[in-house]
Amino acid sequence: MNREEYKGVYVFAQQVDNKVSNIALELLGKGKALADDLGSEVVAMLLGSDIKDQAQILAEYGADKVIVVDHPFLKEYMTEPYTQAISAIIRECKPDVVLFGATAIGRDLAPCVAATVHTGLTADCTKLDIGDFPMNPIPGKETLHKQLLMTRPAFGGNTIATIAIPDFRPQMATVRPGVMQKLPRNKEAKANIIEFDAHLEKNDRYVEILDVVKKVSDYVDIQDAKILVSGGRGMQNKENYEKYLRPLANLLGGQVSSSRAGVDQFGIPKELQVGQTGKTVRPKLYIACGISGAIQHLAGMEESDLIIAINKDETAPIFDVADYGIVGDLFQILPILTKMVEQELAKKAEM
Amino acid sequence: MDFALSQEHAMARDLFRSFAQNEVKPLAQEIDEEERFPSENIAKMAKLGFLGIAVPKEYGGQGCDYLTYTMCVEELAKVCGTTAVVLSAHTSLCQMPILHFGTEEQKQKYLVPLAKGETLGAFGLTEPGAGTDAAGQQTKAVLDGDEWVLNGTKMFITNGYYADTYVVFAMTDKSLGRKGISAFIVEKGTPGFTFGTKEKKMGIRGSATYELVFTDCRIPKENLLGKLGQGYAIAMDTLDGGRIGIAAQALGLAEGALEVTCDYVKTRKQFGKTLGQFQNTQFQLADMATRCDAAQLLVYRAAIDHDIPKKSSDGMCSSMAKLYAAETAMYVTTKAVQLHGGYGYIRDYDVERMMRDAKITEIYEGTSEVQRMVIAKNLLK
Amino acid sequence: MNIVVCIKQVPDTAGGVKFNPDGTLDRAAMLAIMNPDDKAGLEAALRLKDEYGAKVTVVTMGLPKADAILREAMAMGADDAVLVTDRVLGGADTWATSQTLAGALRALDYDLVITGRQAIDGDTAQVGPQLSVHLGLPIVSYTQKLRIEGDYVIAERMFDDRHHVLKVKMPCLLTALSELNEPRYMTPGGIFEAFQKPVTIMGRKDLVDTLDSNIGKVGSPTQIAKASDKVRKGAGTQYIPEDATDAAEYITAKLKEKFII
Repeated sequence: MNREEYKGVYVFAQQVDNKVSNIALELLGKGKALADDLGSEVVAMLLGSDIKDQAQILAEYGADKVIVVDHPFLKEYMTEPYTQAISAIIRECKPDVVLFGATAIGRDLAPCVAATVHTGLTADCTKLDIGDFPMNPIPGKETLHKQLLMTRPAFGGNTIATIAIPDFRPQMATVRPGVMQKLPRNKEAKANIIEFDAHLEKNDRYVEILDVVKKVSDYVDIQDAKILVSGGRGMQNKENYEKYLRPLANLLGGQVSSSRAGVDQFGIPKELQVGQTGKTVRPKLYIACGISGAIQHLAGMEESDLIIAINKDETAPIFDVADYGIVGDLFQILPILTKMVEQELAKKAEM
Repeated sequence: MDFALSQEHAMARDLFRSFAQNEVKPLAQEIDEEERFPSENIAKMAKLGFLGIAVPKEYGGQGCDYLTYTMCVEELAKVCGTTAVVLSAHTSLCQMPILHFGTEEQKQKYLVPLAKGETLGAFGLTEPGAGTDAAGQQTKAVLDGDEWVLNGTKMFITNGYYADTYVVFAMTDKSLGRKGISAFIVEKGTPGFTFGTKEKKMGIRGSATYELVFTDCRIPKENLLGKLGQGYAIAMDTLDGGRIGIAAQALGLAEGALEVTCDYVKTRKQFGKTLGQFQNTQFQLADMATRCDAAQLLVYRAAIDHDIPKKSSDGMCSSMAKLYAAETAMYVTTKAVQLHGGYGYIRDYDVERMMRDAKITEIYEGTSEVQRMVIAKNLLK
Repeated sequence: MNIVVCIKQVPDTAGGVKFNPDGTLDRAAMLAIMNPDDKAGLEAALRLKDEYGAKVTVVTMGLPKADAILREAMAMGADDAVLVTDRVLGGADTWATSQTLAGALRALDYDLVITGRQAIDGDTAQVGPQLSVHLGLPIVSYTQKLRIEGDYVIAERMFDDRHHVLKVKMPCLLTALSELNEPRYMTPGGIFEAFQKPVTIMGRKDLVDTLDSNIGKVGSPTQIAKASDKVRKGAGTQYIPEDATDAAEYITAKLKEKFII
């Protein structure tokens, strides 16, 4: 395997219902930065059926080229045809780096691709850099330059590891939504489309989709929220989330979210769960109410810009990451706080 | 002599511990506050075979040894004294006598459902006039044709009203004294068998403690348990095993209180230090921990000894275990409350309940005085 | 029906972690449990056993002490257990691990393979999908519901905003989430029985169609450049208010200070 043959940062442009997902645009942003460091291009891989028109938005968010695989087999996400298509692109185009979103799709597709083309994959990266491997020179060992260094939390968030894939190509990584940033949109960009025939063939790994059932939910994706008012075990029941957290969230223009306890014990919808097995959020403001702060929860929110915690227990671990920690009864504090914020906002509106 | 638990026993203990923590602990305060029988816990335990741990597989049980069952009572008691005693009375006081003295028909009819957790068991020995002096039975059983007719009352019966199967003792021949007492199996719902007073207690408030009332209660001849006149021996043999269950309950209460207290003194601060940084606290905890460990060794030894086949038991192991564990429970829980300061008196804090629960372990299934009698008798024979 | 469930013994990440000098995890030093997602997979298999009748075999790749989770699985109701253990298998990344498991599974009969979505130590969620590729099996990831219909599995495959109802021909592979079900407890009798059953031990030589270059640290495409304990964001200010109004005033002041309102 000759590393020099592999060029380009390729991004899997996830689409759902023929609309490109936000994560794809975030990956293009990071992909462009990596490509600049490597002196190469960032290329989007767009798979679907009747999907070509989505290439435009990928170009507007930074894709130098868009490889389009348009085929009826790719209409709905299915592991095998998608794996076949991406693997075919990789074999043909030999990218240096391939990025996927760590979504329910990406976390299935990426490992299957990595196994199919026999390369390494690092999941849930929080940082991607170009650098040396080994990071510090080791006598007797060759130092490789311009390697992709992938940083990720492991062990329930207890450790940070930096991974490299020196002897295999492409170097593959998945990245969680909300971690990387999109580039500013360039409406003038013209899409450079390359149509790709992946020679898709049905095999034993194809499955039959009997039904597609969309979640009926009027909850917003908490990863888009700038402000989160979050509840945990201390909320005691589902109704209290609406009663105590919702009014404050609405006033601040934010959303309500929950720790795992709220989801498991009180039936809060899983899409509102913040944490290791939920979503990673990086809002401007995270207000943690009645949340003890187990490591698995902190892993999902500790990168928030500002963390305020309200908890009866002064020894709760949440206070170890909160910028401002208030020891008190949330059921008494929140109604008064909500009223005060309302008054402040009213005052501001009058000014 | 290897004091370590086998891998199997360690895993069983972990099973009981996680069950107690996840399923039983959240309800403990509530069932005490409401004096409510812990039906939810019992139902879950039944499904997992906890209600038949020490019963052989051929009778629908789990086929484990007495030590395994003892550890179950211990782990339950760490979080809920009530749930622990429900299991102990059901297993030691009802299942064991039927297992040891029952006919094959009786075992099939009563032991199998008890082991599967389809029915709950109880034991009726104590009467208003016969507590420590158990031989003073007033309840009478008279044979009339194919039926025994029971008349009398039993008092302070654990699992009363909720149990389906009762091992009841009655006088069949007053002239023979102790040798005139016999044991019977009585089913709830038998005409003439009703429940009287439900006692309001200091502790184990979720445990149902009832008066049993027998008024011309007719039971089939086949429901005589063991031989005629063997009742007192059966009762003593049963209590010998039951003592180990209660010792385990006391042990668990003590250990639970110690654990909660250690957590508390690590966080509670006064005078700029945690309570745990004061030597006074440390010395007390050291004493409490040593007593708990000693009690555990006595309890486990009694449980292991219980399974060793022998002609008859001198009761030493179980009496020592029960005596020591019960007094340790009282000692440790009282100190636990004290170390919590004012909070130890507040019902939101577990130690308050644990101390109230502990007291009864010095009294039922043989008071500490009775245990001393048994031990001394053996020493001086 | 034969079901193989892949389970992993993991350190209970509630406590802290330790490392070896070469950057790999010092697993020997930690309290070990059955990975929660895998336990859910095992429970799913046991429910299929309850409903349709099946033989459930649990397989784990690990240190000899991983025997403990095999016993736990049998105490929950699994019929057979296989421990894949060998010095040369250590230090494996997900490629090498999935290659090893594939080598072991080729020696077994299965209609259904179930793995957990991800382990709480590696957190990659890659082994299940990669195993399916090596064995050539169709895969359903993120399974939230399943039933058997003849030779097919009808499963609900969860996505972020929807689910697909899939019809998959067996043999196939499913990955399970810990949210899939509430795993049953062991039974006391089951525990003692489990220790009396034999555990099949497989070493490197027992792996079928597996190359040396694909297993262990040697066979791992990903390598650790650096690993360390996370430096937690430091604690800020803790405020103990006099009462609820005082608390609300404090928070409001901070919100204004930081230009939130």
